[in-house]
Amino acid sequence: MSQITIKNAVKRYGSTTVISGLSLDIRDGELFTLLGPSGCGKTTLLRMIAGFNSIEGGDFYFNGERINDKEPNKRNIGMVFQNYAIFPHLTVRENVAFGLKNRKLDRATIARETDRFLDMMQIRQYADRLPENLSGGQQQRVALARALVIRPDVLLMDEPLSNLDAKLRLEMRQAIRDIQKEVGITTVYVTHDQEEAMSISDTIAVMRDGAIQHLGTPRDLYQRPGNLFVATFIGRTNILPGELRGGALVLPSGYAVEAPDWQDIPDQKVQVSVRPEEFVIGPAGAAGIPGTVVDSVYLGLNTHYIVDIGLEQKAELIRESTIDDEVVPGSQISLTVKREKINLFDQQGEHNLLRG
Amino acid sequence: MKDNNRFRLDTWGAITLAVLGLYLLFMVYPLGNLIKMAFYGDNGFTLDNFVKFFSKQYYSSTLGNSFKVSLAATITSLLVGVPMAYFFAMYRIRGKGLLRILIIISSMSAPFVGAYAWILLLGRNGVVTNFLQNLLGISVPDIYGFNGMLLVFTTQLFSLIFLYVAGALSKVDNSLLEASENMGCVGVRRFFTVVLPLITPTVLAGALLVFIRALSDFGTPMLIGEGYRTFPVILYTEFVGEVSQNKGFASAIAVIAIIITTVVFYAQNFVSKRKSFSMNSLHPIEPKPLRGVKGILVYVFCYVVVGIAILPQVYVLYTSFKKTSGTIYVDGYSLDSYINMFTRLGSSIQNTLIIPVVALVAVVLLAVLIAYLSVRRRNALTSTVDVLSMVPYIIPGTVVGIALVTSFNHKPLAFTGTMFIMAMALVIRRLPYTIRSSVAILQQIPITIEEAALSLGSPKMKTFFQITVPMMSSGIISGAILSWVTMISELSTAMILYTGRTQTLTVAIYTQIIRGNYGIAAAMASVLTVITVISLLVFNRFSKNGEITM
Repeated sequence: MSQITIKNAVKRYGSTTVISGLSLDIRDGELFTLLGPSGCGKTTLLRMIAGFNSIEGGDFYFNGERINDKEPNKRNIGMVFQNYAIFPHLTVRENVAFGLKNRKLDRATIARETDRFLDMMQIRQYADRLPENLSGGQQQRVALARALVIRPDVLLMDEPLSNLDAKLRLEMRQAIRDIQKEVGITTVYVTHDQEEAMSISDTIAVMRDGAIQHLGTPRDLYQRPGNLFVATFIGRTNILPGELRGGALVLPSGYAVEAPDWQDIPDQKVQVSVRPEEFVIGPAGAAGIPGTVVDSVYLGLNTHYIVDIGLEQKAELIRESTIDDEVVPGSQISLTVKREKINLFDQQGEHNLLRG
Repeated sequence: MKDNNRFRLDTWGAITLAVLGLYLLFMVYPLGNLIKMAFYGDNGFTLDNFVKFFSKQYYSSTLGNSFKVSLAATITSLLVGVPMAYFFAMYRIRGKGLLRILIIISSMSAPFVGAYAWILLLGRNGVVTNFLQNLLGISVPDIYGFNGMLLVFTTQLFSLIFLYVAGALSKVDNSLLEASENMGCVGVRRFFTVVLPLITPTVLAGALLVFIRALSDFGTPMLIGEGYRTFPVILYTEFVGEVSQNKGFASAIAVIAIIITTVVFYAQNFVSKRKSFSMNSLHPIEPKPLRGVKGILVYVFCYVVVGIAILPQVYVLYTSFKKTSGTIYVDGYSLDSYINMFTRLGSSIQNTLIIPVVALVAVVLLAVLIAYLSVRRRNALTSTVDVLSMVPYIIPGTVVGIALVTSFNHKPLAFTGTMFIMAMALVIRRLPYTIRSSVAILQQIPITIEEAALSLGSPKMKTFFQITVPMMSSGIISGAILSWVTMISELSTAMILYTGRTQTLTVAIYTQIIRGNYGIAAAMASVLTVITVISLLVFNRFSKNGEITM
């Protein structure tokens, strides 16, 4: 088993620096996700770990051993690619056995291990077929079996689900999580899909412009995002201008809220992140932000409202559907916030003031 | 694997250097030598050779002649080939498959065989000429000179345009045509406003190939050109001239030839680049049924063109079974031509099989390696290899022959007169085509497949041979068969390089035609055609979509 340490990694393409001095630790056996919009450098970093991209600076360690100059075929990694990269001229069994053959194991061991992983991934019945006759989901299972059968120190997955349709994606997501826990392998997973990242990961590193914005558990990321970018990238949120005065938050329209956590924060202008479910609807005229319902969308469990609160950006909120919906478009309402849940950022949006 | 785009002395680095070395020795050195001979006489640097060329009408007129006939052949080939490919793509035509095979066969045969057949048909004593003259009193226009060459070039080279354009049209998405139809643009107007602009780069690439083939063809003007002397003809006669050999002068002509083809190549490239699109069709064009007068015209056009194109082969095959007396055909049929053929062949059938096989192995190996280097390992050195490998594409075969023969005729590199040098010439000339098709195949294979193999512990070269090469194999095999077919029908380089021991079938055919042994020549040409047809049938088995890359 294995842990990965990256110190001050630098990646340059010609004169453009894509990653400048990135450091992180990945614990043994955890599923670690690099999450970010396209072009943030997550795949670049993954390929540096795999050895497919050159490393312009910094150190990469597997279990304390520096691997910067190790050829990719000596790193003992298992990799799953976005396009699966199944060898089309080999059968499913030959694909899975490929890595074992390179390790010069005896025939019986190869057959036994191959079968074990074919069974684990439930693809035994396709063992003697050529990959072109398999569906996307089945191909992904072959790719996963092929990567795991060699008992790699780490498993790297580059957007493995993005070529699958929605239903299969959910199914494979669970399968990957189950297998990863069963085998207990340290896994680095790259995705741009925040929902996928939240559902599968032990730890997530949110990246932007080649730098880590926030590293934490899914719960931590959602509840106390490190900066405004993370708050908007993970889940949905409303950003309102506000001001802290003596531990009280004053929102537009003069609505003020107090919370014990805010007492020690110096007075300043802030940006407030209120997620759709962190608003509470009250009757018009009650204390809160006055607004007009513009639209409502019934989604079964929840109902979704768009509310004009006098700002350029209309507020978005969600609450559990009620039997009779009295909040119809055109209604005047008043909004309050769940003070223990909302987040406050500095004026630039670079720091969450509640994270100390 | 560190940065793939920087030179490192690993296995691939060593291969780069080895390939570069081969090119320096067998191409750069001979061509450099040729240029040196053109500019250096007994008394050092001189422009005498060039002055002689341009001051004497006898020589300089060949420049205009070559240019005129090649340009005319390019235009007529376009006028025939483009509509043909368009009809094939747009309409359901009965017998399309057969017509396609016949077009490919006609494109793969040696042009001089066509020239010779046309002389038999339309020449001074030709079958058709005599028939029209005696029965109808119509005199046929003179087949010798410009007209005949244009006829031979067009009937053979339109097929290249056809194959190129057919390939491009298969990548045009039907929805583009439907969208255009939706906006009220159909028929000829749609062809010129939508279809033609999309395939322009392909049309230009095909036109370049036709122009260069026509410009550098040697056998056709020798046989049917008569007084209409072209470039390759004087190049050859000056070089092997029985009266006086003037290697310096021949070299100067070769240099002029290279300059012309280079200029044409860059002009074509310049235009193509500005008009290129990348297309990939999800829905290929759906051929529609033909009706009415238009339908009849399309049928007549397609069948007549293919009929004319294949006529020389058929007629040669026919005459090979005719009875001969000495050098004249007499009434009746026999196998005498085939029987007599064997006494004249010497080792030429063996040579025609052995030399291309050796060349083919080298071509395939080098092409796959060079393609891999230029796709997966781009750096300054591999780019140099890439550029060098394309040079022979625009150099006439006669020039390659002369360059090799003059550079390797003394120790320690005395290869002249050996099979090795004949194979080497074929390798150099054929590589550009095979590299191009290999590059196209390799670009279709995602690099992640190789990375997957590496991550599973497979070393670099093992990955190449176990994963990359097998995935390329169907493309490589079909490309190799096409190379093989062009190699066995090659004449212009072989004419310069051959000796008694290394004579090939095409050289033998040519010699028999010149000597007037038409029956034997026809028998030999038929053997060549049969080998070609068999090779193409094998090609069809291996090729996924029957697409031909020349």
